[in-house]
Amino acid sequence: MTFNIYDFTSFTTWIDQSLNSLMSPTLALITEMVIIGVVFLLFYAVVGLFLVYAERKVCAFMQNRVGPNRVGPYGIFQTIADFIKLLMKELVYIKDSDKLLFNIAPFIVIIASFMALSAIPFAKGLHAIDFDIGILYVIAVSSLGVVGILLAGWSSNNKYSLIGAMRSGAQIVSYELSVGLSLLTIIVLAGTMQFSEIVEMQSDGWFLFKGHIPAFIAFVVFLISSTAETNRGPFDLAEAESELTAGFHTEYSGIKFAFFFLAEYMNMFLVASIAATVFLGGWMPFHISGWAGFNTIMDYIPPFVWYIGKTAFVIWLMMWFKWTFPRLRIDQLLTLEWKYLLPINLVNILLMAFLVLMHWHF
Amino acid sequence: MNSFFKYFSDIFHGVKSLLIGMSVTGRYFFSPGQIVTQQYPENRKDLQMFERFKGEVILIHDANNQHRCNGCGICENNCPNGSIEIISARVPGEDGKPKRIIDKHIYHLGMCTFCGLCVKNCPSNALGFSQEFEHAVFDRSKLNKVLNKPGSSIIKGVE
Amino acid sequence: MKEIVNLPVSKPEEEEYHINMGPQHPSTHGVLRLLVSLQGEIVKNLKPHCGYIHRGIEKMCEKDTYPQIIHLTDRMDYLSSHINNHAVCLLVEKALEIEVPERVQYIRTIMDELTRIQSHQLWWASFGMDLGGLTCFFYGLRDREMILDIWEETTGSRFLQSYNCPGGVMQDIHPNFQKKVHVFLKTFKKKIKDYEKILSGNVIFEQRSKGVGMLTKEDAISYGITGPSGRGSAWSCDIRKTEPYSMYSKVHFNEVLRYECDSYSRYMVRMQEMYESMNIIEQLIDNIPAGDYAARMKAVIKLPAGEYYQRVESARGELGVYVVSDGNKTPYRMKFRTPSFTNLSVLDHLSRDMKIADLVAIGGSLDLVIPDIDR
Repeated sequence: MTFNIYDFTSFTTWIDQSLNSLMSPTLALITEMVIIGVVFLLFYAVVGLFLVYAERKVCAFMQNRVGPNRVGPYGIFQTIADFIKLLMKELVYIKDSDKLLFNIAPFIVIIASFMALSAIPFAKGLHAIDFDIGILYVIAVSSLGVVGILLAGWSSNNKYSLIGAMRSGAQIVSYELSVGLSLLTIIVLAGTMQFSEIVEMQSDGWFLFKGHIPAFIAFVVFLISSTAETNRGPFDLAEAESELTAGFHTEYSGIKFAFFFLAEYMNMFLVASIAATVFLGGWMPFHISGWAGFNTIMDYIPPFVWYIGKTAFVIWLMMWFKWTFPRLRIDQLLTLEWKYLLPINLVNILLMAFLVLMHWHF
Repeated sequence: MNSFFKYFSDIFHGVKSLLIGMSVTGRYFFSPGQIVTQQYPENRKDLQMFERFKGEVILIHDANNQHRCNGCGICENNCPNGSIEIISARVPGEDGKPKRIIDKHIYHLGMCTFCGLCVKNCPSNALGFSQEFEHAVFDRSKLNKVLNKPGSSIIKGVE
Repeated sequence: MKEIVNLPVSKPEEEEYHINMGPQHPSTHGVLRLLVSLQGEIVKNLKPHCGYIHRGIEKMCEKDTYPQIIHLTDRMDYLSSHINNHAVCLLVEKALEIEVPERVQYIRTIMDELTRIQSHQLWWASFGMDLGGLTCFFYGLRDREMILDIWEETTGSRFLQSYNCPGGVMQDIHPNFQKKVHVFLKTFKKKIKDYEKILSGNVIFEQRSKGVGMLTKEDAISYGITGPSGRGSAWSCDIRKTEPYSMYSKVHFNEVLRYECDSYSRYMVRMQEMYESMNIIEQLIDNIPAGDYAARMKAVIKLPAGEYYQRVESARGELGVYVVSDGNKTPYRMKFRTPSFTNLSVLDHLSRDMKIADLVAIGGSLDLVIPDIDR
């Protein structure tokens, strides 16, 4: 099947060629990296600010409130005002804290989420780097963030922070398994780890529909475990506001706190875009094989909009979880992973492998 | 085998109960018309307090700048925290005898607990509650108020 | 500093460490300080330190006349302020042997039950928040607002009403009162279904509260845990049943008892009590007899010399008021037996060898109000 979706490859190759014609290849490469870095920074900031606003509005509506409505129409500039406030706040230094670790911890958290973002395909041909082991890379890099959380808890010289960090460590070590295994289920179906290929393969139906039962189970498991991995929702034990005041970032103030805050939302964006890419077809429009007219109409919606729409839907699901459920206890959290999610996941992979062997998928 | 079924029924019931909970929040998310929040500074003009609302104690004055307080001091005695101070003066009355009038009816809003005993116990119903509720001021001394307006006098026949 | 010296000295091999939960901590609902000894996440020892909001209400009562004392009792357990007022008024009326008009008894009972409902609503809200379900907090507060509006219209205040006075109530009920209460009952019966959907049946909530904080009936009695917390341990301790006052002997209601003895049963008792309170209000609201809203009292109330005790069922448990009078217009000694103080004493017993998260859940299920502890 061929689709008339705009391919960003022509645009990127044009930039590449024009840069190469202007300067030496090394310099062109450096310039390209700088451009990509700046673009990602801007994207990161805009998405982070918007997600904070969205979360506040979504939670307000779920709680039967209005939410921010003072700064700008419908309060859309609220997060910018908050950001300015956080920039101006004093950075409090804690007595007997480990200064070096205390200062670099927020950067580790934010860099981890930043690195993972580079492998995500935003539209056709629009990705920073197209690894052939994209999923593996994302799983590996996104779990680096926990190092930052552990360091933050350890270096703060605060018992609440330490408890929060240790909880976070136990949590992420466990739930990393489920995230990996649920993605593995889809890799079994797709036969590749490359994001661009995974998306291309979903041109005649998203994997959620193609893989039907096991894919759906994997999607649910991925949602649960990725919510846990981002320290959100009913799994926010590392922060656990009512138990540990603010958990690992109790002692952080000002912009350093903002980094943690931003990283949390970016991690959410990240796992949502992975879920959207792997299960819901990423930037691929909604296609039903055989319905040529319908598919052409769907193609008129730009792929970037599809991608953002799907990601927003998954983010909204995660917000819905967070603002409905009470928090789990640490032992229940681990019970859920080791007694429920992991066995289900393992059986699910077998089921999917069986399905693929028998060609029972669509 | 029994525990095997229990394992799956636990999952089923758990997921079901979670979905029930999500249906509540989801319903509110899609019906923003149910929001009951009052937009306070915007609705200030048409914000109507209840008639019995205990805003602050006032000395009720009529159109002729007259009130009903004769300075008996019962409100002062009844106040549990000394928020009311009566400074009375004696002036010669019409029949020549010295007569007690209030010089200043001082009300310390900062100390008042709005128990309503002064208003309830006033024998001549001179005191009342206003609906004013925006009490914030920049200086604490502004909370000490003189309730009788300047130049006011007592209604004839009340004393 | 002295307290720190008196700490149980932990042996290094036990690896216990101490954290201060409070005075500023989100889950203590006020300025309560819990000195918690932890081993990892397990609570080994817990010492409540109260007194951060001690205002000396009992001492202040000694210089106030009996009508003036009423407004101080509002500020003990601010969530059942009307019931606190009621206790002092009942005591004064008992001492003076005054028969209050029936209308007053109806009004007071309805107000008491409204107080109980709004207190339980706020408790539900904050209990949900303690367990991490922030949405509960807003639902609870939203529905509580209706009761506050009803009060504001009749009493003039939303929170600390000082509506009772010895012999009756301060003013007659507002003409809209009955209508608004009906509207509230109708609305809340729908809204309480949401409460049950979002928390009661939730699997995470059940996991967090079932089997957490087991308080046997024997322990409940020996610690003196009254109110819904005691009835959650199957101890029949409802003063409204055992020593009825006002209209409680004439209305039909069930004393809610649960036999699981854990946080979940304490939760369910309170949820059921909201239904029972609505039941009581429904029986009374249409039958308020005409009459005076206050009995005639002397201008200066002097209690005959002697000792008096009156207890009522507040939203948190048994509230006792004890007065020693020497015949003056002010009491010689006034003592309040507040439910939160005694309920706090069991926190250590319940949370031993539980996790920090359980400690928060147990604290929430006991429904502590800190100004009620310190007075």
